[in-house]
Amino acid sequence: MKKKSKFARYSAQDKALLMTGYILLGLFVIAIIIPMVYIVVASFMDPITLQNKGITFDFDKWTLTAYQRVMSNAQIWIGFKNAVIYSIVFTVVSVFITLLAAYPMSRADFKGKGFFNTIFVITMFFGGGLIPTYLLISNLHLLDSMWAIILPGAFSVWNMIIARTYYQGIPGELREAADVDGANEMVFFFKILIPVCTPVIAVLALWQFVAMWNSYFDAMIYLRDSAKQPLQLVLRSILIQNQPESGMISDMQSTAERAQLAELLKYATIIISSLPLLVMYPFFQKYFDSGIMAGSVKG
Amino acid sequence: MSQKKQNEGKFSNVVLYVTQHWQLYVIFLLPALALTLIFKYIPMGGILIAFQEYNPFRGILGSEWVGFKYFQRFLSSPDFMTYLGNTLKLSIYGLLWGFPMPILLAFLLNRIESTGIKKKIQLVLYMPNFISVIVLCGIVRIFLSVTGPVNLLFGSQINFMTMPEAFRTIYIASGIWQGAGWASIMYTASLSNASQDLKEAALIDGANIFQQIKAVEWPAIKDMVVIQFILQAGNIMSVGFEKAYALQTDLNMGTSEIIATYVYKKGLLDGDYSFSTAVGLFNTVINVILLVVVNKIVAKMNDGKGL
Repeated sequence: MKKKSKFARYSAQDKALLMTGYILLGLFVIAIIIPMVYIVVASFMDPITLQNKGITFDFDKWTLTAYQRVMSNAQIWIGFKNAVIYSIVFTVVSVFITLLAAYPMSRADFKGKGFFNTIFVITMFFGGGLIPTYLLISNLHLLDSMWAIILPGAFSVWNMIIARTYYQGIPGELREAADVDGANEMVFFFKILIPVCTPVIAVLALWQFVAMWNSYFDAMIYLRDSAKQPLQLVLRSILIQNQPESGMISDMQSTAERAQLAELLKYATIIISSLPLLVMYPFFQKYFDSGIMAGSVKG
Repeated sequence: MSQKKQNEGKFSNVVLYVTQHWQLYVIFLLPALALTLIFKYIPMGGILIAFQEYNPFRGILGSEWVGFKYFQRFLSSPDFMTYLGNTLKLSIYGLLWGFPMPILLAFLLNRIESTGIKKKIQLVLYMPNFISVIVLCGIVRIFLSVTGPVNLLFGSQINFMTMPEAFRTIYIASGIWQGAGWASIMYTASLSNASQDLKEAALIDGANIFQQIKAVEWPAIKDMVVIQFILQAGNIMSVGFEKAYALQTDLNMGTSEIIATYVYKKGLLDGDYSFSTAVGLFNTVINVILLVVVNKIVAKMNDGKGL
């Protein structure tokens, strides 16, 4: 016999309630999609149509001008290159240090656990603040160095707690088997523990990568040299400060034309800069649930 | 005597443990510990400059002590109440509107029967989380500009970004647009772990949706909701600098200037190190107090279970 759908078993009142809920959910989904579609389409418009009428689906009016101009700009590529380097180095360093630290903190027999835990957890809620940290970085001569934006945040207590909880969920037999073989800590950690922690490593790596790729504050205060600026700072001058890179629009004759073009370039800039992460994250989706659940068990 | 011996015994046990397991300390823990001490604890010491007339050339040891002068200057300035109010309103309204959304989304997603549709909806819901603050604020600015699509659609000419009264709505609504889907993950994950049998049983009993939620779904996520609430309510003063700064314009400053942006401008743009550090410390202390208070209150309401 065919199993009756669950929905059919709800009472009329509940059905109405659920339908309202689904409609709201649908509206929310649409509210996410429409701006994105608008931006994609707008990035192909010619500047004058865009300003006067917004977007059209009249394909004769579509052009690649915006992309040509944005992609032929050197500063965008410098920003891209820097963002890739910073994000990869930060992710590797941060995830590695965090996974290492979580191991002793996950062991019941580790002496000094409570003490170290207190030292770490305090930093989640109390800190020196902007100026003392800035002065430290400056005294360490790290201004205009990539390490200024990588090292201070490289060890994340929150992520350590997540990794620790994940380790603790791994069956004790693994450990015992390793002890029988006389494996030392390093061998056990790298050969046995790490390989079974892929979901949590994937999630932590994704978080750190996204966090570094998308942030601008640290780079804004520590990296002044334009050759060292990551993508987000280049975007900031184009999107927020309304200062397109000069080469992008300087060939236009009138101020009005330049303003129209600058507006159009914003759309293409948004697409080009956001595409890498938007393409990447669906591949990580299968790890989201398991990785995040690991951290949700009370730390 | 025996007490002393016992202590010695304990001590030698520890020494033995540490020598046997030196790798745990030196290889595993040390990198994290060193980073924490250098980049978190040294700046905590740097807080002392809030009580000094700090002079970069003379350093902390050589600068003159001025006690609470800078705290008094901040607390007695006419701007104090504005910035404190802006900070509190932005984050409290943000919490009130933003906190229930992911839970609501999770309840709805949990009742979608087709996993295929559910996965597709989630893919869309998570997407905005991967857009950067700068791009988000760029999008907001484009859409709300005088010549932007919103005005084009309504045939109006309103410059939203220059309206102080619109700032909080823009900030909070765009925050929900970007973050609610992503924040729902942890709730959906625990909901899908909730016992399927219980759900079936409740349905057969003829319980309506509210009764089902109360009996099956709420218990599955309650602990998570409590922890999230304490963490967010306890972090009210640390409302994000990055987004507020990127949405600020000269004209909406009346509501958009929060303590974090003020600290940045005073400290790094004006070079008023001591004053800025004092304001920042004030902010941190309030935040810690709030966290402790919220934790106490919630724990009381939740049978003694807090953080």
